[in-house]
Amino acid sequence: MSIFGFRISPSSAINLDKVDRTRFEELCRIEPDAMRCMACGSCSATCPAATFSGMSVRKVLLNLQRGKEEEAFRLMSNCMLCGKCTMVCPRGINTRHIILSICRIYEKEAGR
Amino acid sequence: MREIYLSGYSNFIIPFMIGMIFVLSWCIIGAIRVIMELSAEDRKKFFLSLLNPKIMAKNIKDWFCDCLFHVKLWKRNKLLGYMHSSIAFGWFMIIVIGHIEVFLYTPERIHQVWYPIFFRYFVAVTENTMKGSFFFFLMDFFLLVILSGIILAITKRIRSRLFGMRRTTRPSLTDTIGLYALWSIFPLRLLAEGFTADISGGSFLTKSLNDVLHFFFSDQMNMLPTWWAYSMALCVFMCVLPFSRYMHIPAEILLIPMRNAGIPIRHSRKGISRLQVYSCPSCGVCIDACPMSAVKANTRDTTVYLNRQIKRYNERRIEEISDKCLLCGKCTAVCPVGVQGDRLRIAQRSIRKYNISQDYSNIDTNSLKNQLNNFVTTENDFVSDIHNQKVLYFAGCMTSLTPTIMKSMTSLLKKAGVNYGIMDKDGGICCGRPMLMAGRIDQAMELVAKNTEIIKESGADILLLSCPICYKIFKEKYALEGIEILHHTEYIDRLIKEGRLKVRKSEKSYVYHDPCELGRGCGIYDQPRNVVSSAGELVEAEKNGKESICCGGSLGSLTLSFDKRKALTENALKNLTIASPDEVITACPLCRSTFNRYSQTPVRDIAELIDSNTEIN
Repeated sequence: MSIFGFRISPSSAINLDKVDRTRFEELCRIEPDAMRCMACGSCSATCPAATFSGMSVRKVLLNLQRGKEEEAFRLMSNCMLCGKCTMVCPRGINTRHIILSICRIYEKEAGR
Repeated sequence: MREIYLSGYSNFIIPFMIGMIFVLSWCIIGAIRVIMELSAEDRKKFFLSLLNPKIMAKNIKDWFCDCLFHVKLWKRNKLLGYMHSSIAFGWFMIIVIGHIEVFLYTPERIHQVWYPIFFRYFVAVTENTMKGSFFFFLMDFFLLVILSGIILAITKRIRSRLFGMRRTTRPSLTDTIGLYALWSIFPLRLLAEGFTADISGGSFLTKSLNDVLHFFFSDQMNMLPTWWAYSMALCVFMCVLPFSRYMHIPAEILLIPMRNAGIPIRHSRKGISRLQVYSCPSCGVCIDACPMSAVKANTRDTTVYLNRQIKRYNERRIEEISDKCLLCGKCTAVCPVGVQGDRLRIAQRSIRKYNISQDYSNIDTNSLKNQLNNFVTTENDFVSDIHNQKVLYFAGCMTSLTPTIMKSMTSLLKKAGVNYGIMDKDGGICCGRPMLMAGRIDQAMELVAKNTEIIKESGADILLLSCPICYKIFKEKYALEGIEILHHTEYIDRLIKEGRLKVRKSEKSYVYHDPCELGRGCGIYDQPRNVVSSAGELVEAEKNGKESICCGGSLGSLTLSFDKRKALTENALKNLTIASPDEVITACPLCRSTFNRYSQTPVRDIAELIDSNTEIN
């Protein structure tokens, strides 16, 4: 329902208690650098896949942290592993390897 | 000539025969296994290549030059080359002459395999005839050659620097046993023949040793233990051979025809991969060559150790070593036997299981095609008479991170009056090479298919690339019939030669850095040098061309983090600036940005250099 151009948006609150974080913890164990991301957005700005799927390593990490894995996989689906994000990262995070590790650790669940 | 023992047999030949039968059956089974593991298509190609006289002539040449004379090592270092070829060729000649002797004196014994090896024990020949003394001399001469090689080998263990090697491989246990067995074989042979020389005859080495020995031992029976020891040393060497680096001796014999037949690595462990791993002589030439060896801890991640770990099935280390590598291909370029370290590593990466696969089917190529439907035609009187081809410029991901290269390149295209279009001005699809280097071949091929579709639609005559990473995959994996694929160094060289670019020569000196993918990857060394020398004085780096050192920024490495690459870049820069040039010129956007980070000398791309030195026509 939209009156006067405004509407009530559904709550975007995430109950982290209900999120299964085992895979994310596994990721952080293998890639300790994942937690060093300061969300500056350099990777988002350079990513060539951003035009197609909205890919950004920053967003992927954030979504995984919040348990929104499906969204993260959608973003990642067009990653071309070109390594631009790694080159521009001011924290020197090896984002390419993080993406590969995500592809190894996480699994797409059936039916999704 | 007389045979000392009519039976032609003595018990000491048993250890030799055990070793011989073991090693021969091992190698025959291994060779059959490797050939069976090849794909049907490759196997057919291999057998057909054996019938091709041209390839067969090359095989024979390579067998002699690589296996026996070690020509590649001679080129590296004279002492190193002499050491290897003296042992290999000397031993080969001793075996050959041994057989000739058996054939000439006792042809009925030729089926007794041990006869040529222990000929002096069984047969006495007079050295008073020309024929006799000639063979005695040859045998002693080649034994001396081998012994000199062994002395050098022992010296190399102590001071490898004399042989032009900063670091050598740390031998494994079986390597050490094999090494000591090999070292002892020939001194023992000399001793054994020395003891027998007064009965069987001998030449300058054995005869003189026999005279010396007579001072100490008068009893003839003393010779038997030395023959036993000689046979035992041979047995130990041959029994340990399949498990040590000396497996390279038989493996290389098969690798050479396979290499010349052009059989590629298709499986991470089977077929040609297995053969390459076993052909590795652990010589350690790749250790000094590896750009990662600038940091001492990385020396354990060089190709020689990869081969060793693959032999041991140590999966954890295989993964570690293959993921760390920069894939610069220098180990492949310097390897004396032709182990393809970079391809072997990509094959190891390709067996990783990923639960999530990328899928590019959603990418709409139409919107990308629209970007380039208009080729820019420059109205330029100068070029109006030249047949103008449509040039499609694909800048690639790395060039878009260094926009100055793209800017200079388009400026050059305008100056030369080229009819050009830019394929990825507002973002495009990656060429697929980084994906391929990560071992995800299927995904890479999906990207290749997408790009092929766009390029074919564009109607271009020339595909121009300013990134060697793209260039390599476009050359190797794309099927673009009718479209010429050119790197910008080649194209600029062509434009200068055609007189479409007038380059002003400056007073400055430039050093040219060969990017890995352009030089070793695609064999382009001359064109960029022509271009640079047209703009100023060209100086060379300490190591250049095939042996140029990777900048350290390579996308090949999956695990090497930025802080760990700094030392590699600084080492490469030190090598480049040895002649203190005014500027470092490269032809790769990735090298340019990597060097730029740490270099004291200004670093520019070849397109920037030419653009600044060209007037508008």
